[in-house]
Amino acid sequence: MATAASAASSLQYAPHGVGAASTKKPRSVVPAATARGRRGSVRARGGMAARAAANAEAEAESKSGGHEVLLFEALREGLMEEMKEDPTVCVFGEDVGHYGGSYKVTKGLAEMFGDLRVLDTPIAENSFTGMGVGAAMKGLRPVVEGMNMGFLLLAYNQISNNCGMLHYTSGGQYKIPIVIRGPGGVGRQLGAEHSQRLESYFQSIPGLQMVACSTPYNAKGLMKAAIRSENPVVLFEHVLLYNLKEKIPDEEYICCLEEAEMVRPGEHVTILTYSRMRYHVMQAAKTLVNKGYDPEVIDIRSLKPFDLHTIGNSIKKTHRVLIVEECMRTGGIGASLRSAIIDNFWDYLDAPIMCLSSQDVPTPYAATLEDATVVQPAQIVAAVEQICQ
Amino acid sequence: MASFTAAAKFLAPVAAARSGGDSRAPPPPFPSASLRPRRKPAPSRLRTVLAVSSDVLSGNKSAPAAAAHSAVTREEALELYEDMVLGRIFEDMCAQMYYRGKMFGFVHLYNGQEAVSTGFIKQLNQADCVVSTYRDHVHALSKGVPARSVMAELFGKATGCCRGQGGSMHMFSAPHNLLGGFAFIGEGIPVATGAAFAAKYRHEVLKESGPDGLDVTLAFFGDGTCNNGQFFECLNMAQLWKLPIVFVVENNLWAIGMSHLRATSDPEIYKKGPAFGMPGVHVDGMDVLKVREVAKEAIERARRGEGPTLVECETYRFRGHSLADPDELRKPDEKSHYAARDPITALKKYIIEQNLATESELKSIEKKIDDVVEEAVEFADASPLPPRSQLLENVFSDPKGFGIGPDGKYRCEDPLFTQGTAQV
Repeated sequence: MATAASAASSLQYAPHGVGAASTKKPRSVVPAATARGRRGSVRARGGMAARAAANAEAEAESKSGGHEVLLFEALREGLMEEMKEDPTVCVFGEDVGHYGGSYKVTKGLAEMFGDLRVLDTPIAENSFTGMGVGAAMKGLRPVVEGMNMGFLLLAYNQISNNCGMLHYTSGGQYKIPIVIRGPGGVGRQLGAEHSQRLESYFQSIPGLQMVACSTPYNAKGLMKAAIRSENPVVLFEHVLLYNLKEKIPDEEYICCLEEAEMVRPGEHVTILTYSRMRYHVMQAAKTLVNKGYDPEVIDIRSLKPFDLHTIGNSIKKTHRVLIVEECMRTGGIGASLRSAIIDNFWDYLDAPIMCLSSQDVPTPYAATLEDATVVQPAQIVAAVEQICQ
Repeated sequence: MASFTAAAKFLAPVAAARSGGDSRAPPPPFPSASLRPRRKPAPSRLRTVLAVSSDVLSGNKSAPAAAAHSAVTREEALELYEDMVLGRIFEDMCAQMYYRGKMFGFVHLYNGQEAVSTGFIKQLNQADCVVSTYRDHVHALSKGVPARSVMAELFGKATGCCRGQGGSMHMFSAPHNLLGGFAFIGEGIPVATGAAFAAKYRHEVLKESGPDGLDVTLAFFGDGTCNNGQFFECLNMAQLWKLPIVFVVENNLWAIGMSHLRATSDPEIYKKGPAFGMPGVHVDGMDVLKVREVAKEAIERARRGEGPTLVECETYRFRGHSLADPDELRKPDEKSHYAARDPITALKKYIIEQNLATESELKSIEKKIDDVVEEAVEFADASPLPPRSQLLENVFSDPKGFGIGPDGKYRCEDPLFTQGTAQV
């Protein structure tokens, strides 16, 4: 089958420059009409019919205009819109205020909202994350930025014990509607400590939701959804994706926190991925299409919980699964996803589930070694060929 | 601020930091601190390593000054007395219930420290917040959480203040603004700082103003916590933003079996306040009237928006660290020294000497509290255990966090959801 993948995302992966505008049709989105409704009621409803209807409306809307943004601008737009609408939304982090954020996600917000709403904190991750918890318990909605996701290792005490567990240990009396976000992942020779993937460390924490954005469209949508959620949400951004460019709707929209995103429908194999690896997968997909394969690519987006419906439908169609992730092999998202798939869809599998992850090594500084630690498109192509034998 | 000096030893920021405070000699150095090359020591000059010699016992700060506090009315005195007696009798009942197998795990009792809880928390309004540690039963009671809710929580029953899900170390009560109950030391201090930040935010950003001023948050923690990073980080941030918080150190000299003097380079914790620009106060934590005096001033400071205060209360726990602690390291003379300064006995003596109430009135308060605690035990005994379905109920505030199942619906929409498992 050699159908061109034009219906799928044509968002170019361009690490330093800009990408082509996307003609991607968003799979699931809440149409603007309901987005303007009561606060807190904007959620994509579970159920296939509702989602199909939402898709149809969204397709019609996305043809009507929109504006081009870079991913970090999309995050800022989402954050700014939520801060304008709800005065309890505030931002804590290092250099988020006067400096505008080390990746410019909060640029201009301190001038707009003041130094208390966009709080420049001292370098004390554990304590200012805990401050976010205390503030959330007393009715605010903090967005805590880790300048690099790796720095949030210092906040692990607060993230695990208080963000994740406090709603439970208080018997449901206190909710923690906090968003913890920041850039992670392997960059360009940033060294081992600035190249960490914390999704695998946080995934066991009960009571925490985790999402990973990968395009300007879903970055803005997930940011807004995470802020509106009553649960503590960790939003994983990627250092190399901040300059992606895409046209996003002018109308207000949010993305569902628990849903996966269909990037490229196909028939032969289901490739599950997230964040930056999505682009390596799409690059490999071009090669695979030329070789005559038809991969289905799903950006799982929700790292915890998994959208087993979307994933399951795909497996029921293709019967073969390849997971491509950036976290390390041991204890990674892929490991959990693999066992969830085996538990739920064993009967539908025609081949063992393959999982391509980064090597279990600290990310080296040298460029050649760094490239060897993460999954490259050639490996993805080889894996698909092996699965589809 | 002058009233601090009446009841307690007080260090103002900056001035004291430069002048060096008092002229007391520093604690004796350890023998091994010398950097000279070791020679064979002459036997007569061998120093045995001392187990802790508490400089507090040496009488510098412990002598209770006579009438070093403002007058207290009869009503206030009886309120203080009743609250301390409630704390004591409740904790004694906890010990009994534990040994009878009604409660399990780690239980940390507050006997001996009642003056700190009562002295501070009785100065608060309902809207003010309290953040505590694992030694939180009495903080909960002082803040107004009913004894039956606390006891049922300890018994692990569904009627406990946290539905049996928290336990001894996680007492929360939203109606009473008790923000926990934390098992790791130090992890509550940032939460308290956040609650204070929210009070300031509400006032300045949301323009909500209370009739009295800012809502105040009290953070209680011990001497061991004062060597923890979160303590220092929060002292910095609270003073930086002038948050309405009071940091209350319950220095009972021991962190399980670790003497404060063996763990801390400069054991005078109150001196660490001025290092961050806030007042540091040391008070006799076995005297509820002195604690009350200091508490009033510190809380009022915070309410007016003048920022945080660090209050070190010298206190003592009459029992071990927890009910599992054999408590073998503390010396009998130290224990008897503090037993003689029992805050409840001291207040009783004061009330009777000042003719604020008669002995029989105080006895009737004790009897009333006995009944309250008995009733709490009966209530807890009679309460049901949490059902299986409660397991998944409070994991997420929005239960959609359990995700979309293979059938396309949110897992929480399944009517049998709470009987299921929590895989995500």
